[in-house]
Amino acid sequence: MDTISNKAAIVGIGATEFSKNSGRSELRLAVEATLEALADAGIDPAEVDGLSTYTMDNNPEIELFRAIGGRALKFHSRIHYGGGAACAPIMHAAMAVATGIAKTVVCYRAMNERSQYRFGTGHTPPPVPTAETAHYGWYVPFGLISPASWVAMQAQRYMHDHGATSEDFGRVSVAARRHAATNPKAWFYQQPITLEEHQASRWIVEPLHLLDCCQESDGAVAVVVTSVEGAKSLRQPPAMIRAAAQGAGDDSQMMTSYYRKHIGRISEMNIVAEQLYAQAGIGPADVQAAILYDHFTPFVLPQLEAFGFAREGQAKDFIREGNIELGGRLPINTHGGQLGEAYIHGLNGVAEGVRLVRGTSVNQVAGVSNVIVTAGTGVPTSGLILSPA
Amino acid sequence: MTEQDLLTRARAFVGGEATPPVTARDAVNQPMIRRWAEAMGDANPLWHDPQVRAAGGFAGAIAPPAMLDVWTMARYRPGGRTADEGMPVLQLFDAAGYTGVVATNIEQEYLRYLEEGDIVSMRATVADVSDEKRTGLGIGHFVTIDYEFTDQRGDAVGRMKFRVLKFKPPLTQAAPAADGEKPNKFPHPRPAITHDNAFFWEGLKQRKLLIQSFGGRLVHPPVPACPETGSFDWTTVEASGRGTIHSFVIMHQPQLPCFDYPLPVVLVELEEGVRIVANMLGATADEVAIGKPVTLDFVEVEPDYILPAFRLA
Repeated sequence: MDTISNKAAIVGIGATEFSKNSGRSELRLAVEATLEALADAGIDPAEVDGLSTYTMDNNPEIELFRAIGGRALKFHSRIHYGGGAACAPIMHAAMAVATGIAKTVVCYRAMNERSQYRFGTGHTPPPVPTAETAHYGWYVPFGLISPASWVAMQAQRYMHDHGATSEDFGRVSVAARRHAATNPKAWFYQQPITLEEHQASRWIVEPLHLLDCCQESDGAVAVVVTSVEGAKSLRQPPAMIRAAAQGAGDDSQMMTSYYRKHIGRISEMNIVAEQLYAQAGIGPADVQAAILYDHFTPFVLPQLEAFGFAREGQAKDFIREGNIELGGRLPINTHGGQLGEAYIHGLNGVAEGVRLVRGTSVNQVAGVSNVIVTAGTGVPTSGLILSPA
Repeated sequence: MTEQDLLTRARAFVGGEATPPVTARDAVNQPMIRRWAEAMGDANPLWHDPQVRAAGGFAGAIAPPAMLDVWTMARYRPGGRTADEGMPVLQLFDAAGYTGVVATNIEQEYLRYLEEGDIVSMRATVADVSDEKRTGLGIGHFVTIDYEFTDQRGDAVGRMKFRVLKFKPPLTQAAPAADGEKPNKFPHPRPAITHDNAFFWEGLKQRKLLIQSFGGRLVHPPVPACPETGSFDWTTVEASGRGTIHSFVIMHQPQLPCFDYPLPVVLVELEEGVRIVANMLGATADEVAIGKPVTLDFVEVEPDYILPAFRLA
């Protein structure tokens, strides 16, 4: 079968610092990250002919393109559903280079999400009669107005069905902060937490404590995708895109998939996982590390189950045994995740996946042949498997 | 009722009486002619000056021809016509949601001047119901009524073709109540009303929790077409109000001024099999638990803005 597997590679990564107030425009952040990623790859910005980002990004492709001295933009695409995009721009870029539509595609996400607007302050959209705003009418009139609250409803049921506890969620946060503590780029560099501190942190939306919620950040990340042929002459060893997929289904809703039979499931990720393993021709035994989207800790558990590292409902045991930490079966979020490094809508996780493949993570896992990277959970999502050449 | 059913039923009226026949309550008379001409700004002396009239060969008062349908008009009634004064063909469209109406064409044909003392009778016939038309006002059907006017001898004096558009009015979005008494009150968040969900929010105004039903297959949140069959035909069923808590959260942050915190928000599985998010009434956060039975109530959060809410059973 002819698949997207190993047709394209990530050859450059770039990022700004991660902060609570960047002090400059989102567009400038996007340009800085893009130029750094191109320099990392050793590619002249004038060679860029494709761009892909999120629909939630505020930086028009053409503004970025003129700022980097682009000449001819032949491909641009945007992915919907917030952080569920994360891996999908890389998939779209791989498709574009594999089909000859473009040769050099930059994927970017830049935001002043902390200093200029905050997703966590509550979302009460104006009553404009579109399907997208009508969706929120089932929740916001009842005060269910934040991403944390939408996730918490499914998390509560997951706990009820499987016996997972707040401490199990806390262990995800503790691991992330431990990894961030050794990452100088992380906002929470040298600031590990204990499970007791997690348990003592204030409620945001029961059953979520403050320390179950990721940060809000200013910053930008960009990655460069080109063909496997083109990657050979570049500066960095390529991170091969061994598999790339998007997924939605089982009555997916935007963060409120409350109507499927089992609401503890994030079926979108099951659909992604099946495709990734099929494209790569591998299974969970072949994966040494993972970047699992961690806007809120509870959804890390069903991701471990979707990818077959634990049976349904048993991720709590996998975590309690220390498997998601360095030295464990599957170290996750070695950069500190969005809980510890920064919340850049998951694109910083893609960059960490590339570092794990290159062998340059500050928390490097030995003998990496396959890294799973996932995008936002509770929404239509996406995922990647990255591998050395 | 499908669009085709509606058209079939509406076209069954074509050729038949639009309303029962009407005979004028007053004979054609000078005072009404004078008032009508003044109101219309018609200064033609023919309508009130006996000399001018005589020069034209008329012995008594004559009416402006455009008054043809005035004599048999329904009585003035503040608040509009009563149901029995309406036209069944138009009422059929009202019931199907085509509640908007606008007159689009009038053609009148005059056979002779109406003279003082004439007693006019009118018969109305449904002449045509158009296919569905997409107009700037909305989706609708043109309905054409033919009127025939006769005098006290039964002789024809004029005809009129009157065409209206019956249309689905644009959706109106619920605006936050203009609350003059509490100008600082934070408005309760409002839903966006679409063609697909309007029934739900309308139902709440009647204190009914309505669920979309495709031939007995219930769906919530509503969708335009049945996910199983692709059918666009659906009705609603009223929820019994019995259910159990399937999941819940307790909101602490962020807070809106229109709620009390800690705020329980529940996902209730109704006994009909669908789930719905709502708040609790009369229950504290620590009384809420998965599996507890609840019953439906309603709460008017702002004037005329009613939401479902649940009580522990």
